[in-house]
Order: sequence, then structure tokens, then C-alpha cells
Amino acid sequence: MKTLKIMGLSSIIFMLFAAASLTSVAYGEDWTPRKPIEFVIMAGPGGGADKMARLMQTIVEKHDLSPRPLIPVNKAGGSGAEALVYLKEKTGDDYVIMVTLNSFYTTPIRQPALGIDITTFTPIARMAEDTFLLWVNKDSGVTKVDEFVTKAKEMGNDWQMAGTGRAQEDELLTRFLNQTYGLTMTYVPFKGGGDVAKQLAGNHVNSTVNNPSEALGFYEAGTVVPLASFTPERLPLFPDTPTFKELGVDHSYYMQRSVVGTPGMSPEAAAFYRDVFKKVYDSAEWQEYMKTKSLQGAFITGDALMEYWIRQRAQHEELLSDLGDM
Amino acid sequence: MEVLGHLIDGFGIAMQPLNLGLIIFGCALGLFIGAMPGLGSVNGVAILLPMTFLVPPASAIIFLAAIYYGAMYGGAISSIMLGIPGASTAVATTFDGRPLALQGLADRALVAAATASFVGGTISVILFTIFAPPLANVALAFGAPEEFALMMLAFATFVGLGGDDVPKTFFSIFIGLVLSAVGLDIVSGEPRLIFGGISGFMHGINFLVLAIGIYGIGEMLWTIESSRGKLDVSQANVSVRRIIRCLKDLKGTVKAMTMGSFLGYFVGILPAAGATPGSLMAYGVAKSMSKDPRSFGKGNVEGVVAPEAANNAASTGSMLPMLTLGIPGSPTTAILLGGMVIWGLEPGPRLFVNNQEFVWALIASLYAANLFSVLINVAFIPLFVWVLRLPFTILVPIIFILCVVGGYAPTQDMHDVWLMFGFGVVGYLMRKLDYPMAPAVLAIVLGPLAETSMRQSLLMSHGEFGIFFSRAISGPIMIVAIVLFLLPVLKMVKDKIRKPARGTAA
Repeated sequence: MKTLKIMGLSSIIFMLFAAASLTSVAYGEDWTPRKPIEFVIMAGPGGGADKMARLMQTIVEKHDLSPRPLIPVNKAGGSGAEALVYLKEKTGDDYVIMVTLNSFYTTPIRQPALGIDITTFTPIARMAEDTFLLWVNKDSGVTKVDEFVTKAKEMGNDWQMAGTGRAQEDELLTRFLNQTYGLTMTYVPFKGGGDVAKQLAGNHVNSTVNNPSEALGFYEAGTVVPLASFTPERLPLFPDTPTFKELGVDHSYYMQRSVVGTPGMSPEAAAFYRDVFKKVYDSAEWQEYMKTKSLQGAFITGDALMEYWIRQRAQHEELLSDLGDM
Repeated sequence: MEVLGHLIDGFGIAMQPLNLGLIIFGCALGLFIGAMPGLGSVNGVAILLPMTFLVPPASAIIFLAAIYYGAMYGGAISSIMLGIPGASTAVATTFDGRPLALQGLADRALVAAATASFVGGTISVILFTIFAPPLANVALAFGAPEEFALMMLAFATFVGLGGDDVPKTFFSIFIGLVLSAVGLDIVSGEPRLIFGGISGFMHGINFLVLAIGIYGIGEMLWTIESSRGKLDVSQANVSVRRIIRCLKDLKGTVKAMTMGSFLGYFVGILPAAGATPGSLMAYGVAKSMSKDPRSFGKGNVEGVVAPEAANNAASTGSMLPMLTLGIPGSPTTAILLGGMVIWGLEPGPRLFVNNQEFVWALIASLYAANLFSVLINVAFIPLFVWVLRLPFTILVPIIFILCVVGGYAPTQDMHDVWLMFGFGVVGYLMRKLDYPMAPAVLAIVLGPLAETSMRQSLLMSHGEFGIFFSRAISGPIMIVAIVLFLLPVLKMVKDKIRKPARGTAA
């Protein structure tokens, strides 16, 4: 009886899949997926990468860009090490792709033992570059960067900065601020940008360098205040927030939002995914999302993306060695 | 009352024919998704997400929430009938649900589970309706030290008041903690305990692998041995009269049910916790509150009622941080969150103001989903019980296959299936030696949460343990936890004093 019910269930699911593939149009590609695609997210639920991945998944479904669904899987462990190792293990698998961020560079640099060479991965698409701002809780009374500096200096290492993971974007920016302004802030890693935003909103830490998408909800509610952005120009979403450049500290830093395939993925599959994500990029929903979350950057793919990675990796190697002990 | 007006508007939307139909369909579908090992509400919601583009956003979230709800009910079914947790949230239900089924009281356990789910769901939706915005602040007030204190409390309820052999309970917890440390270090990212680089250990040990190993495979071995193959698992008959009698029997469990509902709801609210820790903690507390803690694990209805009330309450609770803070309280709500973004809704502190209609339609639909889930569930109970009348030689292979599927599905790695067999054998041996296994399962679920929050707290305090005691919320929780840990010691001292006294009398 149990088996009957199981068969009933699997036939329902099968019919759903069948219905999905019947309604889909011809794809004009030699390769089309024949089973669900694993969509690995290199970060925890609720962060910028996670929200974006789920948006991409839903756009793919809404516009019926793939005959099989993308199934998001969070692998947040060890600053992305878990996800990178997983992709490496899946070498040659056409059914695993990953949403990645800057830990794609930093984690392999910091942990050579993992044996990850990102140039072996298959470049699929860079969907955007995310921006960073410095945030504090409104209860702190701080509204300007120099007030932040004075207060943080006073508190020394009792001033806490929350961020995602060890030696990732957030910690790089924290160390940068420490060096530039002579601060000794303590960095506390959490599992994702959403959790970080919550820590600040709940007043458990003193500041964060969240992406706009992560802090936006609390910003709109007035709980958190942006002090300055790590961009060359002011962000359209925060017209009253100065850039660090205006304040005399020229430091721009972006986070890539890219999609990467397993090492040794077949060229046909890679071409299919590139096509899918180009369509996602061009969709009205994606463009709208980029606008409302203050995302920048053009679509790049293939060799251009690989070159971008190599350039970025060199830059991060420098950043990490500049900052000393990492 | 303003809230009531909103709620009535919400019901207006939820009761539209399309939405009502989606609720009923979603509950039924969720029930079966939940009952299938390895196919929890996460996968169910993920697979069905695309279907929701055909309908308006409010209908879409109503449908997905109904599946989520149905799956919470369904998880208990395979836990009780086959001893395999259908979903991670239903692990605690196997502890006592399975023994009840083996005693021929499957109908009793199923009715208890369904009723408790209904009560837990209803209490939590009411709490949600009245206190959603203020409770969001409670979630915010929980930082890393508070989370750690809560984890300690959970461990303490298993040790201090369990009534089991205390050293054996500790042993079981430590085994679970060691297993939970396998994989990549959460803070530094270095691999730990991977046995010279066996890559399957990199992603850590999924606790469903442990739970299915111990409760599925281990139990099967135990049953084969103890029955010598001549097992008549269930003589359970089912009739309306029996079901009514079962309901009457539940009177004694009202306390456990209420406790489970409130505890589950509260734990569900905290981001990062979710329904699985909630149900395990409810089990621990129910055991400690019970007049007869020694019967837990051997088929006590309270042990079914508490975790089932808690996991349904927690599933409602975990919607709260999702809606009000934009932070998912469980993996399933993370997917719901993704759906909301594409429907053009911005979850976060402003949602209750900007999208009032949507929020109240969702809340109203939770009331309805709860009602339909329990009706559908009870209607199917005779069918479920009938499964147990299958001959043992047919039932065992089915259980075996479901165990393999359930072990493979979460990570899709054969490594985990072998690991599961290993745990099955170990579980069987532990059972023979009379070690309690629930603490090990608790430890592997809570271990990583406890470790992360402890290390974050210590980073915040520069290594001072005082941080756990100096904060307004974590301090009292820690003190209660420590007192609970010390109870067995106090008991031992008391016994020592009493024994010589008795000795002289004799």
C-alpha cells in the first residue's frame, strides 16, 4: 500500500515534469538537460548570493528557459570551501553549476590544501557586481564616517564588526578600515549576509559592511544607517550617502555575482547554460532587481570571464598579502 | 480590534474558490511528500515553486505554505509506521511512535500525532496573528550568546531530567558531538576529522543519515533478532470507535501538547534554529515533565505528542523571521523567500505595512491549511494502519529500500549510504547494550549550532566566558541549564544519604 502511494506521488511529480517539458519550446541547442540541475550556492540562506540564486532559479522557471528545474543547494561551510570541493569532486558533471562570489578567489588562495585551481572551472556568466556599504545601528547615534572612527577608536577591540566567513570580502574590508583609520575592530564571522544584517539590527555588533540587498529591509525600516559606500560614484539608491572616495580614501571594492560550471563540463552543456543565463540577464525581472538592489556590472561570459577571474585573483592575492597574516 | 478586521479580510481572500482548492490540494500533496523519506518539504516546495507562476502571488504562497504544512503532518507517518523519519523534523517522533506501532498501537500514535500537529499548528497561528511584529523583536534580541545558552538548555534537558542512566546519556551525547564536528570547520574553513581526506566526510555527517541508520536499519536488525522472523507487527484494527477512544486517551497529554506548541513556536522564531531542534527540545522537556520518564523511548504517547506539536508550531514560527526580517528560519522558508522576491514582494520589516493584504491572506490560509491537513490525515489513518498488516517478509524489504533512498537523497552521495549502514550496526549494538540513542541524534543536530554560536560569542568577548552570564537573556538561560546539568549529581548525593539510613534500619 505504501508502495502504491509512493508510486502515486512519483507519478504526480513525473507528470509535472512531463507537463513542464511539453510546454517548453525548442531550445535550439544540441544539449538540453535530462534531469534536474543542481544549483549550488556558495553561501548560507538569506544572504545576497542566496537571494540572487533563488531569483535566477525562479526567472529560469518563469520564462521556461530550461526543460529541467534548477534545484538550489546551500553549501556555506568554510567560507565556500565546501562548495568548491564539491564542484571539484563533480568534475565532468554537466548537471552541477554554482553561484559564486569573491570567496571563489580568496578561499583557494588561503587554503592551498584544498587543491582548487579556479582556472579549471567552466566560466558561464557574470551576472552582476554587488556593492558594499558601511552600516551601523541607528541607536549608536553615528551618522558620519568620522564619528564612526572616533567611536570605534574609543572602544578599541570592543568594537565589533560582523561579516560572512573568514578572510572573505567582509573581513578584507574590515582590515582595510582598521589599517586606514588606525582602528582595532574585532571581526566576527557569521554564516550569511542575512544573519549579519540581523546581528546589527539586533544591536549585537557595532557595524557591518553588508551589500545593499542584505540590509535594505532594515534600512527602509530605519533600523540601520549607511555611512559610506565602497564605490567610485554614489549609489542611485542611497543618494545622500557619500563614497569613501569623496572622503579621501579611494577604495572601491566589488563582489562578483557569477555562475560557474564544474571543471571539465562538456562544451555543449556550457553553451546551453551560457545561453540560459544570458536570457536571465536580459529579462525584465533581472534588470529590475539590479536596479532596486544597486547592482552594477555588465554580462560577461566565456574567455572574457576567465580573464576577469585571473585578474581578480591576482588582485586578491595582493590584497591578502598586503593585509599580512592571512 | 484591528487585528481581527485584518484577519477577516484575509479569510475573504483565503476562502476564494481557487485559493481554497489550492489549500486542499497542497495539504494532500504535502502529506505524501512529508511521508516519503528523503523527500521533505524542502524538495517538495522547490519542485513545485515554478507551478506558482500560473496564479497570483497570494495564491502562490498559500499553496506553498499548504504543502509545507501538510509535509509537517506527513513526516510523522513514516516515523511511526516504518520507523524511518520521513523528514528531519519528524526524527523525534520515531523515538516513541515506532515502539507504539510495534505494540500494535499504531492507530493511537497516528491519532496522537495528527491531533498534536493540529493543536501545535493552531496555537502557533494564533500567536502569530496576535504577536507577529513584537515577536520579531524577540528574534532580533537573540544574538550568538543567547543561541548558545539555548543549546545548552536543550542538552541539559536531555541529561538532567531524563531519568536514564546518566553516564550512558553523556556517552551518547559525546558520540553525537564528535560526529557533528566532522567536516569543514565553520569558523576557519579547515577540514576536520576527514580520515585522511575521504571526500565524503567534507560535507559533514548529515544527521538524517545517522537517524535513518539508527532508527531504520538498527531497529530492523533488532526486530529481526527479537522476533526471530515471526513478527506480527500490528494487530491494530481501526474503527471510528477506536479513533474516538484514542482521542479520549489524549486527555492526559494536554500538558505535553501545550508545552510542545509554545516551545516549538518560540524556537521556530529564532533564525537558524527551525523545526528540527524545536521538536527534539520539546521531546526532552516532555520527558522531564512526565510522571513516568522511564517509559519514554518505549512507547509513551506524550513522546509522540510533544515533538509533533512542536514541529508544526515551529514551522509557523519560522515564517515569522522570514516575513518580518527577511531571514529564513528554516531551509523551506528560504525557498519561500525566493518565491516572494520574484512575486515582487520585499520580505522585511516593511512587509506588514506595504503588503498587508498578502500577509493576512497567508495567515488566514494557515488556519485553513491546518484544519484540512488534520482532516485528510485522519481520513487516511485506516489505510496507513493497513500497511502494517503486510507480512514481515514484505514489509522489511520495503523499509530497507526506503532507508537507502532516504540516506542517499539529501546529499546524493553513496558515501552516506555506506555510513548509514555503519550507523545501523552501531545503533543495533548500542541498543543491545541499552544506551539511549536520542541524545546522540540531538547532539548531531545541535552540535554545529552550539559550536558556531559559542565561537562567535567568544570572539565577541575576546575569549571571556563571562559573556554568557552577563547578558540579560543568555544569563538566566545559562543558569537554568547549569542547574539542570547538576540535578543528577544532587540526586546521587541524596540517594547516598538515604541508602546508609535504610541500611541501618534493616
